[in-house]
Amino acid sequence: MDTLVQISSSVLLLIGSFLCISGGVGILRFPDFYTRMHAVGVTETLATSMILVGLILHNPDFLVDVKLVIILLMTLFISPTASHALANAAIHNDLATEKNQKSDNANNDEVKPSNP
Amino acid sequence: MLIAATLAILVVMIMATIRAVMGPTLYDRVLAVNMFGTKTVLLISLLGFVMGRPEFLDIAIVYALINFISVIGVLRYSGHFTLKQTEDQEK
Amino acid sequence: MGVAIAIVRMKDLLAVVMLLGIYSLLSASFFVAMDAVDVAFTEAAVGAGISTLLMLVAITMTGRTEHPTRHKPLLALAVVIVTGSLLIYGTLDMPYFGSAEAPIHQHVAPRYINDSMQEIGVPNIVTSVLASYRAFDTFGEVVVIFTAGMGVLALLSVVRRPRDNEKIDSYNKSMHEQHLILRIVTKMMIPFILLFAFYVQFHGDFGPGGGFQAGVIFASAILLYAMLFGMNTARRVINQSLIQLLAATGVLLYGSIGVVSLLNGKEFFDYSVLSADPVAGQHLGILLIELGVGITVASVMVIIFFNFADRRDYSASKENKDL
Repeated sequence: MDTLVQISSSVLLLIGSFLCISGGVGILRFPDFYTRMHAVGVTETLATSMILVGLILHNPDFLVDVKLVIILLMTLFISPTASHALANAAIHNDLATEKNQKSDNANNDEVKPSNP
Repeated sequence: MLIAATLAILVVMIMATIRAVMGPTLYDRVLAVNMFGTKTVLLISLLGFVMGRPEFLDIAIVYALINFISVIGVLRYSGHFTLKQTEDQEK
Repeated sequence: MGVAIAIVRMKDLLAVVMLLGIYSLLSASFFVAMDAVDVAFTEAAVGAGISTLLMLVAITMTGRTEHPTRHKPLLALAVVIVTGSLLIYGTLDMPYFGSAEAPIHQHVAPRYINDSMQEIGVPNIVTSVLASYRAFDTFGEVVVIFTAGMGVLALLSVVRRPRDNEKIDSYNKSMHEQHLILRIVTKMMIPFILLFAFYVQFHGDFGPGGGFQAGVIFASAILLYAMLFGMNTARRVINQSLIQLLAATGVLLYGSIGVVSLLNGKEFFDYSVLSADPVAGQHLGILLIELGVGITVASVMVIIFFNFADRRDYSASKENKDL
């Protein structure tokens, strides 16, 4: 039982770090702000949750587990809200997307094809 | 395993810093700082366990809150938050 | 160091503020790696939270980019290089980081570490040093913070004209529709942030924490509310004269503990006279002065922010721009 808990904790930590790194690679290599935000927003919350659950399993002390659960809940609330706020601000200020470079309105229905 | 996770998070923090220095628009930089903040929360929690001192979790909680408040602050005061809305209202 | 170089070279001040946030976080991580928990706590809360917000509000008034310098500051550069190299040369003589023969580890520190538990009975030695052995020093810090608040009030406060209530309500309604999600999530989080501030305040004896950090966290909850719901609503919730009164009350509470000790025949800030048992007296004294510190720090941060934001609204309304 004990080794099962340790193994699952290690697996969760490993998956969490992998997701984290993929989010980091995404923020460097994606071409546009909106795509970068998608990469970060999705992987960040999930990676944080996995790493925190891995830490909870790793540690038997009750008070420390309560604090880790508090951090987990807070991250689940805060992280998506911050992504939403960023995206909202960017859309309202008509940040250009990759497809329509000179944008008056970022929610164009017709897509101008960029030069190949 | 904890040490491997810590190293991975350090690498990601360096990547986020590169984007913060490089990013052409303001929003890229805000995104990078936000990501840096959440990775710091994880880094502090992991370091606490690696060094055997779980009191660091208090710092992690504070840091998560402060990160949120800073991002909201930047968006509010970058001058863009309310301007567009009131223009639409006048029309 | 790369972050510091980028900060100096960039002209866009908003980006600089963000990079300063990253820099402060890096410092907090260093402190954590050096096992200095209270310092990391304070650095994270103050450097990345309140400083960033205050600098942002200041930037909105001064403009977003830096003016280009008109001359090359060669003389200043030479002075800095000479001073820096002299300082580094001076440190070559000092003992290594953490070596056991360094003078700071010989005289005062072992006494604190050995005797703190019996004399004061508080597990967190940082708190016992700050609040009891060096209480006068901390008193100076609190008075400095209070003076900063007074300075901001004296220089920047603006007499408010009573505003049109209808305009406020319509502005609030429009903001409500745009930022609905943010407002709801913030409304749920603010009670927990305040509760956490109280936890940090009173748990400072056993873990990292204490008055300064708790005051900063409390103030940042109030600033979050003010940013999202508009300054006018925040003003209706938090009365300005009450905050100014609270700032003074914190310092007064701190000072009066010292005076009570004097009146009972012992030295200034000797807490053992506060109760029958000296150790219990120390506990009571530490509790009360940390409370004073927390109250003053929270009020002064709120005063500074409200006055900065007021100035911004005032100058914006004079040019008839929008808030």
